[in-house]
Amino acid sequence: MNQMTEIALEHAITNVAPQVNAKMRGRDVNVFYGAKQALFDVNLDIGERQVTSLIGPSGCGKSTFLRCLNRMNDTIDIARMVGDITLDGQDIYDPKIDVVELRARVGMVFQKPNPFPKSIFENVAYGPKIHGLASNKTDLEEIVVTSLKKASLFDEVKDRLHEPGTGLSGGQQQRLCIARAIAVSPEVILMDEPCSALDPIATAKIEELIDELRANFTIVIVTHSMQQAARVSQRTAFFHLGILVEEGATEQIFTAPSDKRTQDYVTGRFG
Amino acid sequence: MTDISNNQTPPAAVDWASGKAKALRKKRYAADRRLRYYGIAAISTAVLLLGILIGSLVSTGYLAFVQTHVTMEVAIDPEQVSADDPASGNYRAIVSDGVQRLFPDVEDGGALRAAAGIITNGAQVILRNRVIADRSLVGQTIRLQVPVSDPYDQLYKDVIDRDLPENRRRLNDSQIALFETLEDRGLIEAKANWGLIFSSDSRFPELAGLAGAIVGSFYALLVCFAISFPIGIAAAIYLEEFAPKNRWTDLIEVNINNLAAVPSIVFGLLGLAVFIQLFGLPRSAPLVGGLVLALMTLPTIIIVTRNSLKAVPPSIREAALGIGASRHEVILHHLLPLAIPGILTGTIIGLAQALGETAPLLLIGMNAFLTSPPGGIMEPATALPTQIFIWADSPERGFVSRTSAAILVLLGFLITMNAIAIYLRSRLERRW
Repeated sequence: MNQMTEIALEHAITNVAPQVNAKMRGRDVNVFYGAKQALFDVNLDIGERQVTSLIGPSGCGKSTFLRCLNRMNDTIDIARMVGDITLDGQDIYDPKIDVVELRARVGMVFQKPNPFPKSIFENVAYGPKIHGLASNKTDLEEIVVTSLKKASLFDEVKDRLHEPGTGLSGGQQQRLCIARAIAVSPEVILMDEPCSALDPIATAKIEELIDELRANFTIVIVTHSMQQAARVSQRTAFFHLGILVEEGATEQIFTAPSDKRTQDYVTGRFG
Repeated sequence: MTDISNNQTPPAAVDWASGKAKALRKKRYAADRRLRYYGIAAISTAVLLLGILIGSLVSTGYLAFVQTHVTMEVAIDPEQVSADDPASGNYRAIVSDGVQRLFPDVEDGGALRAAAGIITNGAQVILRNRVIADRSLVGQTIRLQVPVSDPYDQLYKDVIDRDLPENRRRLNDSQIALFETLEDRGLIEAKANWGLIFSSDSRFPELAGLAGAIVGSFYALLVCFAISFPIGIAAAIYLEEFAPKNRWTDLIEVNINNLAAVPSIVFGLLGLAVFIQLFGLPRSAPLVGGLVLALMTLPTIIIVTRNSLKAVPPSIREAALGIGASRHEVILHHLLPLAIPGILTGTIIGLAQALGETAPLLLIGMNAFLTSPPGGIMEPATALPTQIFIWADSPERGFVSRTSAAILVLLGFLITMNAIAIYLRSRLERRW
């Protein structure tokens, strides 16, 4: 417990660095699961059209923070958020905010590929359909094809769009989930360890894809692999025991971290 | 933090081949084997008991699947029946005449009455129905095959032993002698007893069938399904997806689980007090039966639906929420389609339970004696289990085998329903 308070006091010093072109801003974000506090006063900006990676040991709160960005934590009964998170300057926890709209603007890709047990086409078309993004069938088909192309999956599945999405390989399923997310034209895409269930080749493909998507989307990725964070992200935030220890340009975090804990973690001393 | 310290002493090498280690492993294998044998013993006991049940039912019930018939000649006298109004003819006289033709040698009045007792009391009704169906029969002499009455049916099936002393059997020597003359003339024949399925109840076992009970059970289950299925699913969706977790929902949940364990007769009393006394719904009606059965099936469907919804992987729910699906879209587009095989299976099993339920139906009077199937859900009716109850209570020898046969029919329906449930589950289940 002593160590906890020590860290809590310490974090205030390192936890700065507001960004100029921030798409999303988190200010004094605290999250509680029942009586247990999972995040302590996190201040983090998400830069527009760049990849921000959140790293840290298991249970450090990085996924919790990610799930706050599109209010997925709302679905957990005992979860409670205190603080401000804004999207384009607008408070996303404002009671007037429409969660359905928010989740369309801030899409999400999950750890385990989770395509719907429907056809590949239906998987991608589902979002545009419910949000009324396509006025007719041709429009919808175009959205599906473009999304699959953007997710670099189209060439592999163009002949079997009407076969079940669950029949694809793990890596293809994850790209299908990315296609499904980008089909509703989100501004931000949250990825919660998107490659942890995939083999190295599939992982490489997804990483390549993330790099391409950066041109059009703001991406936040939670990852356990430091190499992955180093490869795909421009900025990196290191979480530890619910505290944002350090945030900065990825290169700086990996080569010259200012905090001892960050250094220990990125050099593989713990975690 | 997982700092690895290297100051531990390595564990001593284990001697896996030592006698002690071997003995321990042997003991563990023996325990494995014992557990397996207990299981086999339990399954064998269950199969044996089931075999005894089915075996005893079949051994008494198979007799009811055939019925002894006698072929007689009847002259449909235009003086007794007019072709213009065949419904109101004197068929009794025609049948008596037929009996006389069957036994031309018998002249004594008492012997003739005994001879008339061989054919079923319903012979005139059977004849009347034939003539109503085909008026051109009036004036002709036709061969009519009618069931023999119950004691002779039992005699032909060897349930009544002809070698017993006369005072210890239902039929005396002269009655048996009369019947044997018919047998010798080849007029007696045992035929498949379709009447068991297609006729309604009767005071005479040789005519009694299950049609009324089957239709009554069908109507009651229809009402039960129409009420419990939508209400059960809606309640389960609310409890599982919308309800806040607080004391009230806990209380509701506990009560639903308790409701599933309430003895069925209590539901019957409730149906009697509420549906019949308070709401004034008709007694003996499948509507009331269905309502009572719906109360009993509701908890089953709610519990099954909640479990099926719970069994849908959370990743599907998250996927839908993650692209901005609203609550109802998540439920209707994703959760229900994946939960429906489980829901259907549970519902069918719930309905199968309801089909076999007797006590509540007795209390609301669905054990009426009815000689025709009910015409709708508001008309008096019986159900299969109550029909079995009525027959089991009847003194005639013929109802003993008919009771067993009716149980076999009920079991047949139950097995069919369960088979449908299994088929639907394997057919609709989607993998992810």
